[in-house]
Amino acid sequence: MKKLSARRRHPLAALVVLLLALAATGGLYAAFAPADKAQADETAQSLTIEEGKKLYAVGCASCHGTGAQGTTDGPSLVGVGSAAVDFQVGTGRMPAQQPGAQIPRKKVIYTQAEIDQLAAYISSLGAGPVVPTKNQYSPEGADIAKGGELFRTNCAQCHNFTGKGGALTHGKFAPSLEGVDPKHIYEAMQTGPQNMPSFPDTTLSEQNKKDIIAYLDAVNGDDTESPGGLELGGLGPVSEGLFAWVFGLGGLIAIAVWLAARTAKAKKS
Amino acid sequence: MSSQDIPEENLPAEQDAHGAVGVADDKDPFADPGLPPHEHRVQDIDERAAKRSERTVAMLFTLSMLATIGFIAAYVGVPHDKAIFVFPIGHINALNFSLGLTLGVALFAIGAGAVHWARTLMSDVEMVDERHPIEAPPEVREKVFDDWKQGAKESAIGRRKLIRNTMLGALTLVPLAGVVLLRDLGPLPGTKLRHTMWRKGLQLVNMNTNEPLRPEDVAVGSLTFAKPEGLEEHDEEFQTEIAKAALMIVRIQPDNIKDKRELEWSHDGIVAYSKICTHVGCPISLYEQQTHHVLCPCHQSTFDLSDGARVIFGPAGHALPQLRIGVNEEGYLEALGDFEEPVGPAFWERG
Amino acid sequence: MSTTTETTESRSRGKAPAGEKLADWADGRLGIYSLAKANMRKIFPDHWSFMLGEICLYSFLIIILTGVYLTLFFHPSMNEVEYHGSYVPLQGQLMSEAFNSTMHISFDVRGGLLIRQIHHWAALIFLAGMFVHMMRVFFTGAFRKPREVNWLFGFLLFVLGMFTGFTGYSLPDDLLSGTGVRFMEGAILSVPIVGTYLSFFLFGGEFPGGDFVARFYSIHVLLLPGIMLGLVVGHLILVFVHKHTQYAGPGKTNNNVVGMPLFPVYTAKAGGFFFLVFGVIAAIAAIASINPIWSMGPYRPDQVSTGAQPDWYMGFSEGLIRVMPGWEINFWGHTLVLGVFIPLVIFPLVLVAIAVYPFIEAWVTGDRREHHILDRPRNAPTRTAFGVAWITWYMVLLVGGGNDLWATHFHLSINSITWFVRVAFFVAPVLAFIVTKRICLGLQRRDKDKVLHGRESGIIKRLPHGEFIEVHEPLSQDALHTLTAHEQYKPAEIGPTVDENGVERKVKGSEKLRAKLSEAYFGEESQIAKPTVEEYKEITSGHGHH
Repeated sequence: MKKLSARRRHPLAALVVLLLALAATGGLYAAFAPADKAQADETAQSLTIEEGKKLYAVGCASCHGTGAQGTTDGPSLVGVGSAAVDFQVGTGRMPAQQPGAQIPRKKVIYTQAEIDQLAAYISSLGAGPVVPTKNQYSPEGADIAKGGELFRTNCAQCHNFTGKGGALTHGKFAPSLEGVDPKHIYEAMQTGPQNMPSFPDTTLSEQNKKDIIAYLDAVNGDDTESPGGLELGGLGPVSEGLFAWVFGLGGLIAIAVWLAARTAKAKKS
Repeated sequence: MSSQDIPEENLPAEQDAHGAVGVADDKDPFADPGLPPHEHRVQDIDERAAKRSERTVAMLFTLSMLATIGFIAAYVGVPHDKAIFVFPIGHINALNFSLGLTLGVALFAIGAGAVHWARTLMSDVEMVDERHPIEAPPEVREKVFDDWKQGAKESAIGRRKLIRNTMLGALTLVPLAGVVLLRDLGPLPGTKLRHTMWRKGLQLVNMNTNEPLRPEDVAVGSLTFAKPEGLEEHDEEFQTEIAKAALMIVRIQPDNIKDKRELEWSHDGIVAYSKICTHVGCPISLYEQQTHHVLCPCHQSTFDLSDGARVIFGPAGHALPQLRIGVNEEGYLEALGDFEEPVGPAFWERG
Repeated sequence: MSTTTETTESRSRGKAPAGEKLADWADGRLGIYSLAKANMRKIFPDHWSFMLGEICLYSFLIIILTGVYLTLFFHPSMNEVEYHGSYVPLQGQLMSEAFNSTMHISFDVRGGLLIRQIHHWAALIFLAGMFVHMMRVFFTGAFRKPREVNWLFGFLLFVLGMFTGFTGYSLPDDLLSGTGVRFMEGAILSVPIVGTYLSFFLFGGEFPGGDFVARFYSIHVLLLPGIMLGLVVGHLILVFVHKHTQYAGPGKTNNNVVGMPLFPVYTAKAGGFFFLVFGVIAAIAAIASINPIWSMGPYRPDQVSTGAQPDWYMGFSEGLIRVMPGWEINFWGHTLVLGVFIPLVIFPLVLVAIAVYPFIEAWVTGDRREHHILDRPRNAPTRTAFGVAWITWYMVLLVGGGNDLWATHFHLSINSITWFVRVAFFVAPVLAFIVTKRICLGLQRRDKDKVLHGRESGIIKRLPHGEFIEVHEPLSQDALHTLTAHEQYKPAEIGPTVDENGVERKVKGSEKLRAKLSEAYFGEESQIAKPTVEEYKEITSGHGHH
């Protein structure tokens, strides 16, 4: 993960991402892109798209079709945007290994540079949500408490109070949000991967998203404090009940056995 | 219910019919040999072992004293908001951890000391208590019955029926006073469960931004929650109103909407359904955007939002109520009336 | 009593040391000496399973102690306030005073979190302890005469404990417990005819209103614990009056009780056990978090989290409600909400099924004698099978109540689990019954073999003519007695249907039913006749070389 983010922060990579963002969306996001960068080298951009197309043909076309128009095995990718590509490939969900109720998160097999190339190719096919900038998803300057309220309104019903995940119908599930890169959380909200509904900026503003990410970072981050002790999975009463039975009652019964057992007798002489 | 009609010989022989305590003989090899002789513990015969036990017990009691002192020290010394990392528990509150452990040790050591004392130093000679039947001997039974009859006779309750009947009447009626007093526990239901705050012309306000929603804000595949215009979190009645008025808004390609009425009541594929489950009222909102199914996290009722929100799985008994919506002159989504049926769980008067 | 004796007595008492003087003072007013004479050296048998009830008693005391402490800080009010305590992720949020004060206890009262966690952990252990205690009493037949009333006391304590727990769990007014209260409101609404009225009276109007925390509070801290305290005292008095049961063994008969005296051994052991239980629960509260309401946030009727479950003791009712099909009947402008109402009716029936069992068994056996020797579960196969079937039923419902967590943790479909539970609700108890009965009979056969042929020693011996045999060691007399001490009933028969005058009497349906049940309980299919003295003698004399 660290390696990836390091590459992602490579000056050239950032430039590429920004260029793509511009190319893909125009209007709404134009404000985020400084004017001078808009005049970037066009050949570099088309080169990236070219590379992405090659990668696409090898890894994705069998399901999504050669022109990303979609087949019976995979949806059309026209207009899904670079954010969707970055999320799906960046969390290892794509390319999918096998069909199932849900495509799970797994080992990422592309480098961030390759993912960016793929994303460039896909967003060249039609405008869609763009990979967010660090500034958009970093928890700094966010209202954690407001994020908590938003999380409970919009997210907790599937992902649990603090993002531990939960069950959906027929074997589908909302995954745990523990250790998920804030960028991917942001992208998931933007794009609505698989069965997750999307939360576009028009209904869940950028600031709202930032608040939610900050809340998650506070309650489900690496340094999150669990004041009472073991979190027991953060799943609520089921794991608490199990713990009470096994360690509480189990321990007390073990003590009762000691208490009621006969004391060792002296050996008969 | 009585056992009179079961012949005695069907009941098993009395437990001790084997014969009283005695040695096994040819007549009954299964006879009760009686309590085994007491065997001494090490502590009973070896004073050094007994001393060791004594020291262990004293050590446990001392440990308890130290733990209590530790408890007080922790209470005074550890800041209440200090977090520490304890492997393998994680980042936890230092005060809770130290108070709990010292208290636990202080209590546990007293108990362990007492039990060790009882087990190793107090006599462990088994003793026998005789049992006596719980029921009283026949003389006592006779006496009680006679006393009862005598008392009843003296009170003349059987003879003076007027007293008895009026007394029973009075005792039966007087609790009614208490029952009547419960009336003001709450208002009568009336038709309150049939109505929500929604009415024609109220705009749909986005819960996240607190701004009215426009149709173009709602994308296909997105999920938005809305409340009626004018309902604010600080309002006195917010909780009670939102418990009925909460909305779930999704947009489905009009071609994919199977139910005719749903399509009619939608605006350009934007449908507004009650967020309150028709089973027992959980806020249902686990929306799967590809299948258009929405699942209740409490009891797994599943509704199909593309087909009039009919129930496709689980314990809910009827579809989620839909709110009829349109767009007002300023281009915002608005309600075209209240829900046509009661939202939330079903009840007797629902019909 | 004459004046002379009285004066001598008071004079002799007057010279006593201070402790005795105090005791005399108390005896003169409270009559403590008679009490002490009967009870100070009362005998209690030693067995770990007899301590289960004490786990419950002590956790109950711990709950009362910690509960009183919590009332000093808790505000049972639903007025909305803004949070300004030390937990950052909730600062500025609107919440009820109940939630706010629980946050205050958890974060700003030193030791408050510990006491809260002890209170909640002790509650879970209290209920779990009662469950296991009840099962111990059930499987050993300790509910038989004269203890039927005490069985009911215990049962009531379990049920009241469930509701005390539920009301307590609801008090902080957090998002999880509020969802549980909402479920309860929905369940009440489903009651035909009066449901809406009950709901409006309980909540003081529409849900959630502003009253239920205060109302639940007085139920949780006063009404239910008051009743429970009375029942606990009654339960203990009856234990003293009946004297404790004991397992069969040498020297132990139905007319005695063998063990250690209350003073000093059981004073130390039972008194010590209180501290052990308290110590363990305090340590658990130090290392494991319970009900972290700050993660759940304050209750809002339009918010929810997945994994919304009640505490474990309410889990079986959650299972009932989750697996029930959504039946609803509309007629003449009314709605019969069977999908909710049927589970609401089955919920108490599940509990009542086990509560009434002792009376059914007593009716079938027609046995009116006192029983103080405990049964080994194998020697009462039908009872044991019924008990296991009941536990299976309960467990199936618990699985149903946690179907979402089963789904995520075992990668199953929630729909399949629900269907599994729907089928298992009917099938699993029957299977459990049959299997348990078989196992019990197998164990009875093994006991019989042991009595008749001795214990398998594991020593292989070669006989002179080359045959290999395993040497069986005969059992000690203690063991022989213990294995044959149990009673065996014969199936009840209907008896002559024609009286001495040749007149046919009418056989009542209940009699026929009882005969059938009795056959099922004690017929040849349902118990292995225990070895008789004759069988034993025949076999032992045949094996002269022993």
